[in-house]
Amino acid sequence: MENSIVRAGKSKAPVETVMNVIFLICGLAAVVSVVLISLYMVFSGAPAIAKIGPLKFLAGQIWNPEASEFGILPLILASVMATGLAVAIAVPAALCVAVFLTHVADKRTAAALLFLIELLAGIPSVVYGLLGAILIVPLVFKAQTALGLPMSGSLLSAAIVLVIMILPTIISVSAAAINAVPKQYNEVSLALGSSKMQSIVHAIIPAAKSGIVSGVVLGVGRAIGETMAVMMVAGNAPIMPELLKPARLLTVGISMEWAYSSGLHREALYGVGLVLFAFIMVINVLLSSILKKGGAKR
Amino acid sequence: MTKIVTENLHLHYGENHALRGINLNILTNKITALIGPSGCGKSTYLKTLNRMNDNVPNVKISGQVLLDSEDIYGGTVDVTKLRKKVGMVFQSPNPFPMSIYDNAAYGLRIHGVKKRLLIDEIVERSLRGAAIWDEVKDRLKTPALALSGGQQQRLCIARTLAVSPEVILMDEPTSALDPISTMKIEELMSELTKQYTVVIVTHNMQQAARISDYTAFFLLGEMIEYDETNRIFAAPKNPRTENYITGRFG
Repeated sequence: MENSIVRAGKSKAPVETVMNVIFLICGLAAVVSVVLISLYMVFSGAPAIAKIGPLKFLAGQIWNPEASEFGILPLILASVMATGLAVAIAVPAALCVAVFLTHVADKRTAAALLFLIELLAGIPSVVYGLLGAILIVPLVFKAQTALGLPMSGSLLSAAIVLVIMILPTIISVSAAAINAVPKQYNEVSLALGSSKMQSIVHAIIPAAKSGIVSGVVLGVGRAIGETMAVMMVAGNAPIMPELLKPARLLTVGISMEWAYSSGLHREALYGVGLVLFAFIMVINVLLSSILKKGGAKR
Repeated sequence: MTKIVTENLHLHYGENHALRGINLNILTNKITALIGPSGCGKSTYLKTLNRMNDNVPNVKISGQVLLDSEDIYGGTVDVTKLRKKVGMVFQSPNPFPMSIYDNAAYGLRIHGVKKRLLIDEIVERSLRGAAIWDEVKDRLKTPALALSGGQQQRLCIARTLAVSPEVILMDEPTSALDPISTMKIEELMSELTKQYTVVIVTHNMQQAARISDYTAFFLLGEMIEYDETNRIFAAPKNPRTENYITGRFG
């Protein structure tokens, strides 16, 4: 029996069991965190929403804590518009850059550019805020003066700063997705008589769609959650948002008033947090399911 | 009738002299098989016929390839039009990650065909031409990657047929397939010669003997012998051809 390959007793080596448990704990830690955060947000945000009244809270157009007016529709719309505009500009631009990096630029240029682009992703958001305040806000001033509007921070400035901030993420994720497309799709397309650009547009990008969508989802998440840079350029008045007028985003709504809020005001800020949280969840789920399913169907 | 004339074709990949003065005439509506051991230049030669080598870095090509008496390496040639005329089927089945229909319609859309009815009609004709219509007609909108390997390869042939080529190049089209799928594709090939000129690279000598009308034997970048297939296999003139065919090397 000394030479038998059958081990007596336990079927797994102890090391295996220990490692399994460690990995299980790590995995559970992530899941438990998400669940706990969700529960915490609901329990701390929901009571205020109930007290104020969900309709008054979500659809109310006036935010004035001193007068106990807690309508956050302007904040919701400002967040949605700024993010939507930023994504609408950033995604096509990022796709073009990704195509340039993967299929047009020579390898050395592409590597150097990609390095720089990834550096951009690591710059603290307050620096983007500074740049926006120095470079973009004055440009928008000109437009405002021309239209006879008062000079101020604006939704447009916020959206432009967000574009710059989310570009690196979308570019690097899309470029990786495009690079991962099997070379043969390009060859087949060329062999059918397509030009290089046709094969990129019709064969390579559709094949990379699900990866590109992941990049867009990350970009949307970053844009809707951004606070500091936006606060420095958006003007932050809680009025119904217009492109060239000041706007207060959900994130800014919380951070500006948190320090001095109390009572129902503070609870209402929790409510704003819950709305923001719900937004990010819904957008993530919707974007990835709709866009990715669309990709599989085609 | 001669479809393609190759005259003194040389090809270098950097320092590597991959084709050394190939002279070969491909006849219209016949199947020409290119055989030879790995690295002999047969696939490289095949790819010079639709200029797919153009994309390889450091490639240098000299000599002439005439398609219907036009030099395909001439300065005024539109490569996309050439590739529309000279289609290609690759070694491993490689449908795009799209529906069966979109795969078959891909080339048409690239070439600017917009009319829905016309696309429908050509897709059906091409799928019938590639002997796969009956298997997929009820699920044209489902993903092509769900098909079996043999079906995928026939879909790839249909995709090539859809742009109405005159010549079809096949680079070991059955080497990744099981015997039954291989048989179907071989049957399909003899159908194809009614309309198309076929050039096929194959590692499988039985396949060359079964399906081709003419065979060219390549070795180390040279074309050693070219003749009617039954003569090459029954009575090769060159001893190196005989050695290869009888399995003494390669």
